[in-house]
Amino acid sequence: MQSTGPARVAVLDRKSMHAYANPTRFLAIARPLTPWLTGLGLLLILIGCVAGLTMVPGDYKQGETARILYVHVPAAWLGMGGWTSLAIAGLVQLVWRHPLSGIAARAVAVPGMMFTALCLITGSIWGKPTWGTWWEWDGRMTSMLVLLFLYAGFIALTAGEDAQRGGGSLSRGAAIYAVVGAVNIPIINRSVVWWNSLHQGPSITLGGSSIDGALLWPLGLTLLGFSLLFGAIVLMRMRAIIAENRVAARMRRLADEEG
Amino acid sequence: MKAKHQRLILAALAVVGVAGAGVLGASALRDEAAYFRTPAEVKGGAAVTGEAMRLGGMVQAGSIKRLPDGVTIRFVATDGKADLPVEFTGIVPDLFAEESGMVADGRMRADGVFVADRILAKHDERYMPPQMGDMPEGAGKAAPKA
Repeated sequence: MQSTGPARVAVLDRKSMHAYANPTRFLAIARPLTPWLTGLGLLLILIGCVAGLTMVPGDYKQGETARILYVHVPAAWLGMGGWTSLAIAGLVQLVWRHPLSGIAARAVAVPGMMFTALCLITGSIWGKPTWGTWWEWDGRMTSMLVLLFLYAGFIALTAGEDAQRGGGSLSRGAAIYAVVGAVNIPIINRSVVWWNSLHQGPSITLGGSSIDGALLWPLGLTLLGFSLLFGAIVLMRMRAIIAENRVAARMRRLADEEG
Repeated sequence: MKAKHQRLILAALAVVGVAGAGVLGASALRDEAAYFRTPAEVKGGAAVTGEAMRLGGMVQAGSIKRLPDGVTIRFVATDGKADLPVEFTGIVPDLFAEESGMVADGRMRADGVFVADRILAKHDERYMPPQMGDMPEGAGKAAPKA
């Protein structure tokens, strides 16, 4: 795209769709930030996983199977963090109608769902040797599965809307769905405290960690690494959605001029 | 500007309402959503003899005994407040051990013994290297807290 492109589009579109003014400024930041987040994220994940798999000792009781926590915990954190940011984007959309909020919500949904699925899959793989079962309907697992379905519902809802009215802004219904779905997040977090559950209680709390320091440090690396990668994926997806909207807007304009 | 403020107030009220509904719903589920019953709850009348239920608790130290048939074990499940004898025929998970958590599917027998069809091991939230975990092996899990 030539250098005058974005500015010209912004001026043109402000009349029809003020939505494009802000994405231009956003893109100026997002474009250079994406490769940095991707590179640093992948590097930290690599170091964290190698350390977690080879350098630290296994757990005193579970042995080697405990090592799955270096992926499972970041996956759980991003699945829940993903919906939290989705709900905030929905709220911003409802109150301030910021043009980027709808795009951000859409961009978060798919990676959020993927990490939720990864959390459920790694948990299941760990559950078989540890508990003796692949799946149980306890509070933690059930509420996490509900989160997966919430993501699926949101993606279906917005995909249906896109087919009708083009991507970009979030409908009021989808924004409300995002905010209401956030009720599940504290339930997932507290499920092992409120109810008897098969899943163990929280290891890392404000009071400290019951994971010994010798096993804990790679988790910090993978947590940060996966979070940076998540941010990079969201930025990439936001840029892709903005580009798609611009193509659609231009096609419409061309069609108008010809017709 | 005014419309924006109106929407903000409306959204704030809605968020408070939804959060309140969530808390109410969760607290109503308090009992129903429990994955298992503890020995104290069973002693307190939470179990009906012969009805399928799930029992969870710690396996009391030194309580695992193998019956002469070789495949049936007996142990005592405890939650610190009450104890309950459990009988199980079959293979237990690797992590099933004394001084460690377990969850059992089964039913109460008339003689006050819980007969389990299936046993799962429960893991606690502590993770540590073997050297530290080995020290209190079998003995008190007042374990070294890192």
